[in-house]
Amino acid sequence: MAAYTEEEFAEELKNQEYKFGFTSEIESDKIPAGLNEDIIRMISAKKQEPEWLLEYRLNAYSVWQEMTEPEWAHVKYKKPDFQAISYFSAPKKQYESWDDVDPEMKATMDKLGISMDEQKKLTGVAVDFVMDSVSVATSFKEKLGELGIIFCSFSEAVQDHPELVKKYLGTVVPTQDNFYAALNSAVFTDGSFCYIPKGVRCPMELSTYFRINEAGTGQFERTLVVADQGSCVSYLEGCTAPQRDENQLHAAVVELIALDDAEIKYSTVQNWFPGDKDGKGGVFNFVTKRGICHTNSKISWTQVETGSAVTWKYPSCVLKGDNSIGEFYSVAVTNNFQQADTGTKMIHLGKNTKSTIISKGISAGESQNSYRGLVQIGSRADNARNFTQCDSLLMTDKCGAHTFPYIECKNNSAKLEHEATTSKIGEDQIFYCQQRGLSEEKAIGLIVNGYCKEVLNKLPMEFAVEAQKLLAISLENSVG
Amino acid sequence: MTLTLSKKMAEFTSRLETPQNNYQQAAAERLENMDFPSTRDEYWKYTRLGKITNTAFELGTKLTKTDISSFQTCDNIITIAQGEIRDDLSSFNDLSIVVERSFPGQFGVNNVRNEEKATIFTTINDAYFREEVVITIPKNTVLSAPLQVLVLHEGDQIINMPRLRVVAEGSSEATIIMTTGCQDNYTQFSNCLIELDVAANAKLTFQNVQTGNDNHLTITTIDARQAADSRLAVNTFTLNGLLVRNNVNIAVDGQNCETHMNGMLVTKGKQHVDNHTFVDHKVSNCFSNENYKYVLDDQSTGVFNGKVIVRKDAQVINAYQNNGNILLSDQASVDSKPELEIYADDVKCSHGSTTGQLDENALFYLQTRGISKEKSEKILVGAFIGDVMETIEDEATNQYIKNHLQEVHGWDSDIEI
Repeated sequence: MAAYTEEEFAEELKNQEYKFGFTSEIESDKIPAGLNEDIIRMISAKKQEPEWLLEYRLNAYSVWQEMTEPEWAHVKYKKPDFQAISYFSAPKKQYESWDDVDPEMKATMDKLGISMDEQKKLTGVAVDFVMDSVSVATSFKEKLGELGIIFCSFSEAVQDHPELVKKYLGTVVPTQDNFYAALNSAVFTDGSFCYIPKGVRCPMELSTYFRINEAGTGQFERTLVVADQGSCVSYLEGCTAPQRDENQLHAAVVELIALDDAEIKYSTVQNWFPGDKDGKGGVFNFVTKRGICHTNSKISWTQVETGSAVTWKYPSCVLKGDNSIGEFYSVAVTNNFQQADTGTKMIHLGKNTKSTIISKGISAGESQNSYRGLVQIGSRADNARNFTQCDSLLMTDKCGAHTFPYIECKNNSAKLEHEATTSKIGEDQIFYCQQRGLSEEKAIGLIVNGYCKEVLNKLPMEFAVEAQKLLAISLENSVG
Repeated sequence: MTLTLSKKMAEFTSRLETPQNNYQQAAAERLENMDFPSTRDEYWKYTRLGKITNTAFELGTKLTKTDISSFQTCDNIITIAQGEIRDDLSSFNDLSIVVERSFPGQFGVNNVRNEEKATIFTTINDAYFREEVVITIPKNTVLSAPLQVLVLHEGDQIINMPRLRVVAEGSSEATIIMTTGCQDNYTQFSNCLIELDVAANAKLTFQNVQTGNDNHLTITTIDARQAADSRLAVNTFTLNGLLVRNNVNIAVDGQNCETHMNGMLVTKGKQHVDNHTFVDHKVSNCFSNENYKYVLDDQSTGVFNGKVIVRKDAQVINAYQNNGNILLSDQASVDSKPELEIYADDVKCSHGSTTGQLDENALFYLQTRGISKEKSEKILVGAFIGDVMETIEDEATNQYIKNHLQEVHGWDSDIEI
């Protein structure tokens, strides 16, 4: 076999095409571009929302107008024109049951590898599919209903369970939290809502699949997961978008609430369109994700970030209750001209709180990949414990890998460790593998695979497979 | 908001002397558009400057207490008192160095200053400093003994702007120990600017020993530039001072350079100590290493921000950063921010940061050997800061720091068991 060099590997990465770049010819209902109070009223009216939610939106809009776009992240991009975006787009037909679903839509799902039929039978994962602004279909609803689990689109939740939505909406990510959270609070269109009742272990993985289809639209979904006392849930999220020359904006807000003794595991495989080889187009992914942990509870974030032209995302945990645990496992791959500024915040407030951060960055092409993380120990957080490891792997001499950790400690009983490394694949490592009889190609595959393993291991089975494929590392070519 | 700050700046500078020439005039004009930074400014995120900006400082007058014996650790000494060199308190005849006074703007443009890292305080120094002390170590000269630069302050609500430039010419070798001392216990603000110009194949060690009084305020900026094949070490020892901020900016301009930065601090009371370091690897084949150890007691706060940039095409760089923090009291706090910005691929860069308290097991072990708890703590702290202490080869200075630890903090690092 011809020698497979790191250059070839890098080249392969460079040339890899975006598989999910197709658009679907689905008739949609799209409102005019622009953002003002009337548009917000229109969105609210279309969704037949109660008065309090409209007020919530309008209040968010006025807060947002006072705010300026953050510039501290280590990314450069042309700021989106918020008046040029259409804030609502929905596939025109509404479906009563799965059988009524437009074949074109089914085909879209098939292409994305999330055929609901198949999933229903084989994987046992409950899926909520969100296309552009609205949730299209949710599977396994009845089965979950038997256990008292509510898993539905956000708009349905507003209609059917307004008391729950009202109680928890905006409690973890307040409207004024940041520029994009405020924007989302004003214009969010749909998303998923999930409530796990007391003491219930959700028997299957819950999953949301997001897709931006229409041109000139933004996606602003809102996810709210509430795990009541002693309950347990694993939640998956995936996303793709068509290949377009323009930049599309995705500004989501995800709020997790883990009440006493509850556990939430939230996994994301993010594969928005990253832009083409010359850095044209791609999705701006400006997402606010945060969870709050009450006593003895646990929130675990796992993310595989491969897409988006610009990523600005910090899934965080507020460890409010005593003995609560926060985890963050991340693999972020950037290629071509992608830019990522991602990391986490672990805010320790309660006693005996623990957090773990494992972040693996891989930069290729001319991309820039940054880790930015905060570990904050409050003065009352006795015996807090944090371990942080962030490693960066550089594939070419034109890319960049950066680390910006913030460690703030106000309690002397805390034990905090942070370590970071940046390097390329060591020639000695490849040499060692070759010496054991592996080809160079296999060696590189093995090393990259091993490098990400710690994080991939944390993904649910179905997702791990997809993630591994997505890792854009073409492991199928390098691992025999 | 902006208005009040600008007013603050006008008030602050109104008590200083008028600029002496065009160079200073230009700097003063730049100040008109600047405000004192707030904690919203990333570079000053963890350091509040109220103690400096709310005090009506006057420029220092001639030193009255001229006994320097308690600060002197080297035979060769240059004393800069109240921002001006004192010939009568300086003697360095043993060393073949050239010491000159340079007045504002005389040096013209220099390539050592890091404009990217210029702050309002370097600009204030530019506009209002009285004289610059320039120490030149001539080509191929190896100094036989370290040179001490003693920076003295005296009086209440005094601002001094010491300014020092060290030029290590090609293939020279020198150790310079800068000691900060206060002749009384009043509030003095030292806005210090130091430039280190390290030429090809030169070796320079700069020890910054900060032993001001309990009310001392200082902002010290060290801008350094290294040419090829040189070695530079900048070590900072902070033993006193109410508000201490050190900015060390090193531009590595030549290949095959070695850069070391070590820091140690032991705090008490309401002290606030902030070390910002910045290493700019512009070219290939270099090594940098950083090690900062913090021991914080009472309600004191510590800040560490180390930044390493490896520029595009600066290949084969090894850069290490280490920051260890021990919190001795439950009210002490620390903010650590080690940063890496890497634009080249053939690099090995890493950093580590730890925060905790003294190891209970180690404490217990020592106590089982019959050592009191208090003494055990001191042994452990002594060991923790030991590797940084070892970077001072000069025996007298090492002892000076140990004495200070003993006097101010009761930390006896040479414990006889």
